[in-house]
Amino acid sequence: MNRKLLNRFYDRGFLFVGIFATSISLIFLLALLLDVIADGMGRLGWQFFANYPSRKPEEAGILSAWVGTVWVMVLTGCIAFPLGISSAIYLEEYSSKNWLTDIIEINIANLAGVPSIIYGLLGLGLFVRFLNMERSVIAGAMTLAILVLPIVILSTREAIKSIPPSIREASYALGASKWQTIRNQVLPSAMPGIMTGVILAMSRAAGETAPLITMGALTYVAFLPASPISSEFPYISIQGLFDAFTVLPIQIFNWVSRPQKGFAIDAAAGIIVLLIITFVMNAFAIYLRQKYQRKIRW
Amino acid sequence: MNNAFNIEKLNVFYGDKPALDDVNMEISQKAVTAVIGPSGCGKSTFIRCLNRMNDLIPVFRLEGSIKFNGTDIYSKDIDVIDIRRRVGMVFQKPNPFPKSIYENTAYGLRIQGIKNKSRLDGIVEASLKKAAIWDEVKDRLHQSALSLSGGQQQRLCIARAIAVEPEIILFDEPCSALDPIATAKIEDLITKLKDDYTVVIVTHNMQQAARVSDYTGFFMMGKLHEFDITKKIFTAPSNKMTEDYITGRFG
Repeated sequence: MNRKLLNRFYDRGFLFVGIFATSISLIFLLALLLDVIADGMGRLGWQFFANYPSRKPEEAGILSAWVGTVWVMVLTGCIAFPLGISSAIYLEEYSSKNWLTDIIEINIANLAGVPSIIYGLLGLGLFVRFLNMERSVIAGAMTLAILVLPIVILSTREAIKSIPPSIREASYALGASKWQTIRNQVLPSAMPGIMTGVILAMSRAAGETAPLITMGALTYVAFLPASPISSEFPYISIQGLFDAFTVLPIQIFNWVSRPQKGFAIDAAAGIIVLLIITFVMNAFAIYLRQKYQRKIRW
Repeated sequence: MNNAFNIEKLNVFYGDKPALDDVNMEISQKAVTAVIGPSGCGKSTFIRCLNRMNDLIPVFRLEGSIKFNGTDIYSKDIDVIDIRRRVGMVFQKPNPFPKSIYENTAYGLRIQGIKNKSRLDGIVEASLKKAAIWDEVKDRLHQSALSLSGGQQQRLCIARAIAVEPEIILFDEPCSALDPIATAKIEDLITKLKDDYTVVIVTHNMQQAARVSDYTGFFMMGKLHEFDITKKIFTAPSNKMTEDYITGRFG
């Protein structure tokens, strides 16, 4: 066969393989979505969000689960991002390069790949037992925060590394201090990259079940953590941090393992809600990223 | 005659590798001093010693002394930030911040804590005028600096350096990324700047050194081979190596 024909054959061939591979993943995803929507859509309604779980599938709801998820996600974010971003800044900008920082670097990369159940065991041993936090919202959030910390640190470091040295030089040459350079030039330029890391970390934390079950989050909760807003001075209450909780993935897991057909429908409805929460979160993060990117314009 | 810089027995190393070898030089005030030489001769290393930019390189080590208006800028009790503010720098590749033209020019002032809007406005305008770019950008001060052409970006970088009112401006091959027309504008600007500032310019373009400078130093292999009035260097060099270089026999 002549060379030209052969090349065209490979060209076409790869195009076909590519389309095939893409459609397989798309078809599975679509099938999954359609199946879940067909099963669960009818169950969605005001009652489903406002009811606690129940023995009767048609009365069961996700109130404690979605409130728990919101609590845990917000807290995880509040713990993981400041810690992760400051560690990344320290490692990238301030630490001297020696064997110790090399070891730290390798370990952080490894931690990102550790199975999540291990973090659950750590949470159980450290927060729940040793620090006596019980199976509380704060213990769960801290466990998830540790779980996503490596992802936040790694992506923030990558984002900081991608800022051209010429920008730092320009800032230093004008008499800026190290912190001024980081604050005014490095961080704003690195923001889109950092946001990407935040998206990945948040979506991972939202879907995690294993570590929370391991550390002992309850699967049947018929109450809410105390509200953070109180009617008495100082109007803010942290009591909720120390209450027991459940989250959406755990609630879904619980329903799926029940034999009654009705709970399978509840589970499907729960999955739809979880998917929507993840989509909305990702959309918000992408919006933030776009906004920063527009402001930068390289 | 007062010198801006008195450089004595300057030796620089990157790790174990020597980069500058026993350099002695006096840089006059309100004049343009050019530093020429083949690639890798240490001219960039030299100019980056003058505002302590080399401090950013971990393996950098320096011996000897650099006196700026009589004070050793490498002595322990010196504030590096103050030195960098008084000794401005313009780099090889235009490197505006990914911000507006206005914010680029005002950055050096903002980090000093100057917030007064009308004062900032005044300095920004004056600096852009001094850098001969005001007429081109006055209607779009709040557009991104990255929308400017390369030559305009470089003049903006000069305006940005001028805005903090330095005594010295260092130019590290400022035209190597620019076309001849943009280069001519920058050279024009440099000869005007010497009325108010001491200028040190590194260049690998000998015609440029001949056109803009009053004094020229010729570096090779980390040594300062000859340093004299530009006219003398280019018409009657006393060193054989300098002559070979400027007549294009190597380099």
